[in-house]
Formats: sequence, C-alpha cells, structure tokens
Amino acid sequence: MKITVNGESRDIAATTLDAALAELGYGEARVATAVNEGFVPSAARPGTTLSEGDRVEILAPRQGG
Amino acid sequence: MPTFYGTQVSSRLMLGTAQYPSPSVLAEAFRRSGAGIATVSLRREAAGGGAGQSFWDLIRDLGVPVLPNTAGCHSVREAVTTAQMAREMFGTDWIKLEVIGHADTLQPDPFGLVEAARILSDDGFKVFPYTTQDGILAGRLLDAGCEVLMPWGAPIGTGLGLNDLYGLRTLRAQFPDVPMVIDAGLGLPSQAAAAMELGFDAVLLNTAVAKAGDPAAMAEGFARGLEAGRLAYEADPMEPRDMAAPSTPVLGLAVLE
Repeated sequence: MKITVNGESRDIAATTLDAALAELGYGEARVATAVNEGFVPSAARPGTTLSEGDRVEILAPRQGG
Repeated sequence: MPTFYGTQVSSRLMLGTAQYPSPSVLAEAFRRSGAGIATVSLRREAAGGGAGQSFWDLIRDLGVPVLPNTAGCHSVREAVTTAQMAREMFGTDWIKLEVIGHADTLQPDPFGLVEAARILSDDGFKVFPYTTQDGILAGRLLDAGCEVLMPWGAPIGTGLGLNDLYGLRTLRAQFPDVPMVIDAGLGLPSQAAAAMELGFDAVLLNTAVAKAGDPAAMAEGFARGLEAGRLAYEADPMEPRDMAAPSTPVLGLAVLE
C-alpha cells in the first residue's frame, strides 16, 4: 500500500499506524503522529487503520522560538 | 515574578532554543541568563535519526519548563493539530499559539488566531497567543479563553524593538490585570528594559540572543536589562517635562559677575 510519510511516498505492508511506524524504522522513537492532518494519540495508533494514499506525519521535538 | 495560568515562573525572560551555534552555547545562554521558560517546536523526524531524543535530552537538562509553539502554522487546522501533537510530546498543556497570516511579515492572522485559541482553550489548553498590539483582538482572545497575551514588539527576527509604543502602552492600560509578554522583534537589552518600564510582565526572544556574537553574554545582558526595567517600573518613574528644571539648588548661588 502506498502512503505518504512526512511528504515522501512510501510503500508499506503494515495496515495500522503502530505497525507502520515499526516497519518504517521508528521503533521506540519519541514521536507524535498525525494522519490526514488529524492528531493520532500514541494510544490510538494500534487501532488506527491506514488506507491507500493516507498522509502520515511523524514529528519529534526540535528547536523553537 | 509573573504568574501564567496559576504557575509562577522564575524569570521574566522566556528564551527560544533555535539558531544557536551549538547545544553547549544554548545551555550556557540559559545558565547565564536564568531564563525561566524554554520555547520548543515539533518538526518531521527521520526514521532512526534520533534527533528528537537528543534535543529533548538537552532541554530536560536545562531544568526549565518548556513552552511548545505552533511556529510556521498558517491555518487553524495546522495549528490545532500541531498543538495536540505537542501536548502529547512535551507533556504540557501550555502552547504558544502562532497562526501566521503572511509569510514575509510573519504577522499573526487575527481571525485564525481567535478561532484556534477558542478551540484549544475548550480542549483544555493553556494558550499563549502570539498576537499584535490590537486591543480589540486582545479582548477577543481573552473571550476565547486566553489568560495571557503575547503582543509582538516587531516582526519575528527583525530586532527592531518596540515598534508601536503608543499601541503597546494602550494595550497595557486597557487590560491591566492580564499577564502580558512582549513576544518577538527585540534586538537589544535596552528594548527589553523599555518593555518592563511600560509594565509588561516578561519578554520572549530568540534571535537576538542566538545570533549575537556571544549568545551567552547577550542572554545575560537581556536578563540585566529586564531587571533594570522592572525596577524602574516598580519605582514609579518621574514625569517627563519639556522645559529644563535645575536639579542643583538655585538658592545660595554665588554672585560672581
């Protein structure tokens, strides 16, 4: 299934958000997630099913002003 | 020291964490200034990169509360989603709300700002809105649930200081009991002192410190400027006048002509 991850097209086998994070190599990384511009809390990732063309954002702490 | 949403902070200086030459210089700037809050953001993370974790470790070592921002967000939806992600990531319901209206001026979009502030306040966030000196907008933000206002001094990153003294003085007078932070546009400690002399409660800055030749020294300079300005405000300054008034007694002046 093709989805967009942080603006780049990716082909994944996983069908849920938590499985996609593992497959993409995020493992235990400290990240926050959104799917199709909506926030997905970490506890909701296993129950969040991904579909073809979904847009996933994976963010982490950074410098800010 | 100012109290934001029931939490008293340890300094009138809120300092950004971006653009420093190195993490150690960032840490030294915080140490020498005693800044009470660190602003942070969320950005895309590469798989296996670990950049987020290493930055988070650095910030935790600073030992100050963090204020996540929604920098770069131009729509209500972007800002609200970013705030929700930040709340989970940083474990705080504080959010520096930016809804940017124009890419060149980075001026807040007042309409989107009020809408996002209402959504986030209703969702339990403690919103610190990056706003302008507009008093009507300030009232709408307070109505939306904000208990702190952060008017700009000048556009972000310009270092121009307090661009609209009349507007800021009027805003301060219009809402005397609302904690207010001058957010953005400051370039020099004298400008931070001026903000204190006007009765503002704190300043938030980043570029002026991070882009100085010696960021840690500049951070300390800002801390001292804030202290000086606040002391002056509390000391009830004299009224300015147009004509000179001799300070040395006239009585007893020798006649030597």
